[in-house]
Amino acid sequence: MHSLTKTALSFNGIGRRCVALNRFSETRIICRGLTCTAEHGEHEHELYDVIISGGGMVGTAMACSLGLDPNLEGKKILLLEAGNKKVMDKVPDAYSTRVSSISPGSATLLSGVGAWDHIMNMRCKPYQKMQVWDACSDALITFDKENLQDEMAYIVENNIIVAALTKQLENLSDQVRVQYKSKVVKYTWPKSHQVADAIPWVQVTLANGQILQTKLLIGADGPNSMVRREAGIPTVTWNYDQSAVVAVLHLSELSDTESSLVWSTSHRHAEELLQLDEESFVDSINTAFWSNENHSELVETAGSLFRTALSVLMPSAGSARQLPPSVAGIGPKSRIMFPLGMGHASEYIRHRVALIGDAAHRVHPLAGQGANLGFGDVACLTQLLSQAAFNGKDLGAMQHLLEYETERQRHNLPMMAAIDLMKRLYSTNAAPMVVLRTFGLQATNTLPAMKAQIMAFASK
Amino acid sequence: MYSKKFGRLILGFCTRCSTSVVNGTPTSTRTTVSWTSVCKHHTQFLEHRSQMGFAHVRIRSASKTTVDPNEVKRFQLLANKWWNEQGNFAALHSMNDLRVPFIRDNLLNAHGGRRPGKPLAGLRILDVGCGGGLLTEPLGRLGADVLGIDPVADSIGTAEVHAWHDPDLRGNVRYRAITLEELSEKGGQGAGQFDAVVASEVVEHLADLETFTLCCNQVLKPGGSLFITTVNKTQLSYALAIVAAEEVLRIVPSGTHDWDKFVSPMELERLLESNGFHVESIRGMLYNPLSGAWSWTESTSINYALHAVKLEEEPNLDEDDPEDPTVIVAQAKARRWYN
Repeated sequence: MHSLTKTALSFNGIGRRCVALNRFSETRIICRGLTCTAEHGEHEHELYDVIISGGGMVGTAMACSLGLDPNLEGKKILLLEAGNKKVMDKVPDAYSTRVSSISPGSATLLSGVGAWDHIMNMRCKPYQKMQVWDACSDALITFDKENLQDEMAYIVENNIIVAALTKQLENLSDQVRVQYKSKVVKYTWPKSHQVADAIPWVQVTLANGQILQTKLLIGADGPNSMVRREAGIPTVTWNYDQSAVVAVLHLSELSDTESSLVWSTSHRHAEELLQLDEESFVDSINTAFWSNENHSELVETAGSLFRTALSVLMPSAGSARQLPPSVAGIGPKSRIMFPLGMGHASEYIRHRVALIGDAAHRVHPLAGQGANLGFGDVACLTQLLSQAAFNGKDLGAMQHLLEYETERQRHNLPMMAAIDLMKRLYSTNAAPMVVLRTFGLQATNTLPAMKAQIMAFASK
Repeated sequence: MYSKKFGRLILGFCTRCSTSVVNGTPTSTRTTVSWTSVCKHHTQFLEHRSQMGFAHVRIRSASKTTVDPNEVKRFQLLANKWWNEQGNFAALHSMNDLRVPFIRDNLLNAHGGRRPGKPLAGLRILDVGCGGGLLTEPLGRLGADVLGIDPVADSIGTAEVHAWHDPDLRGNVRYRAITLEELSEKGGQGAGQFDAVVASEVVEHLADLETFTLCCNQVLKPGGSLFITTVNKTQLSYALAIVAAEEVLRIVPSGTHDWDKFVSPMELERLLESNGFHVESIRGMLYNPLSGAWSWTESTSINYALHAVKLEEEPNLDEDDPEDPTVIVAQAKARRWYN
């Protein structure tokens, strides 16, 4: 088979070299070519390990999270934000209208990056109980932790969250670089890794002409994500024929009760509401809470019958019933409106690209879950990137990005489906649907185990 | 009688397989290699089993070089396919999930905590038979100073091109198209330099294991680690690693492995222990073809990973008990090596 002898080591070496030279080795030529031409091209553009596009709540949280991870120490991380730096030296007296409900899971993430302390020092409101009324019947559902001791979740203004995270980022300035007022105009995607003479990184072109390169691009640029659009990721979207009107309310009971309102209604009605003067607006809110005009005989009878039946089966269930609030006034200049829709990217990842937050999934605000889903994405992706770095992997490699996508889609899709279902269920006055949801609501309200499950799922 | 019947079954099976279309590898070589080698190996295996019992010792020492030119030829054909993660080498890509933590954790245990972000900083590692650099690059990213060597120059070329793009790797990952014995002998350049030698999926392609072990010993610092991952020589490994993996499921390009060259962990352990190593751990690995993932397992019947450490001092001939048979053998070996 092979004719090598003991003394023929050097001969063998010569033979091997002849074989190697005889073969047409493209790789050598490409290597030489690269050294000549691509060298001055590539070295001009700075290469980062991770670039996060979008400095909102979720993007900034991602930057903090990556910057603090010990396995990612020494990696070059950049956060690009088109707007200005959000600094908050003093918390403004007037409440901001855009608020988010922060679940315990998200609070854990925020305290992990050290922003939660800043938030607590600024302004945040924990709440222990959530009650949902139906306008067409007496049905309601209450969510609370036992004994009202633990917080169920927190209501925090969005700009406070961003300001707290920005403050934390300042402490991480040697790990994470931030560029404000940097609008991205173009993304260039890498070719498949088999092509030897192409640059294998993602290229980001800014409005000021600067070109940056990165091994992993994280798109956190909101529901109209440019990253998602440019990557050609198909998205399932539909617009609800609804807009949300947000306002800050002054409630009539005690002095320190300011409350945040999100009123989801048809576009026409939303525009009307914005046109009303303050007093009429307050009246319309109170009417919406208290009026019985949508109640029908059928539904009321059916509802009370069902409630009796349930109380026979489960006599002790159900907590104290709280009446809807009465609104006394609204905060000055605080009404705004925005359209509502649902969106879900069918893929969260591509080679060297990952989407987080609203860029990947956009939900109806009725369940207060939008921000929490985004923070969940941050926690998951950080953990997977940390593990990948500890295993010496290329951060943009598909394997761990696929794990991120699978894990988050498994969590997000049921949540989004449930929210969409709730929205459709509650958008109608038709009697059969009303009866159905009345029964459903009452039944769920008497099953503490089911409610505990729902709360656990929403708290992640 | 049994061997003839089995041989006919294998022949029929292989003929059926070889008529189907194959991507990339020249069909003629594949047919020859698969049919003759499979029949030959099986008859040889049965002969050995009947003669010596299961624990036969047959260390390959055909020549004083570790390189088998047929292996070189085979890998030259596949040189530009290394970095296709879904291609021929997909299983090797996913094996990184096991072998990188195995190497990293054992080195961290031996050398203490290093700085976060670059856990292997300051360590010099030699990757023998690095191919396209699939294992060399992750080790480089973890901060180690890695030298990857491979006799196939085209693979080295592919590896260099791939690593060139990444500035993280340019500083500490180097490649050379030479063999281990050339490195270990070249004017003492390679001697006693490395904290770790990694030979992953390599020993089953070598011509001479004894030389390989001696060279590894030479290039390692005292107390340095040797990491080997390879395939066991059992009936199960024949059925799975050759028949299933190469012929049926095509996870591995056909003809990649030669069952004759597989080495059992006991044999490897004996070889290493008699050449100045102490075997620290042996762990079994299992590949799941459905998920494409590897996992650690109790059994070393198919694939296994081995960690050995080069003994700190050369054996002192005066202090040992002259009656102890293992010491006599060790002394004889030591005398042979030093003379």
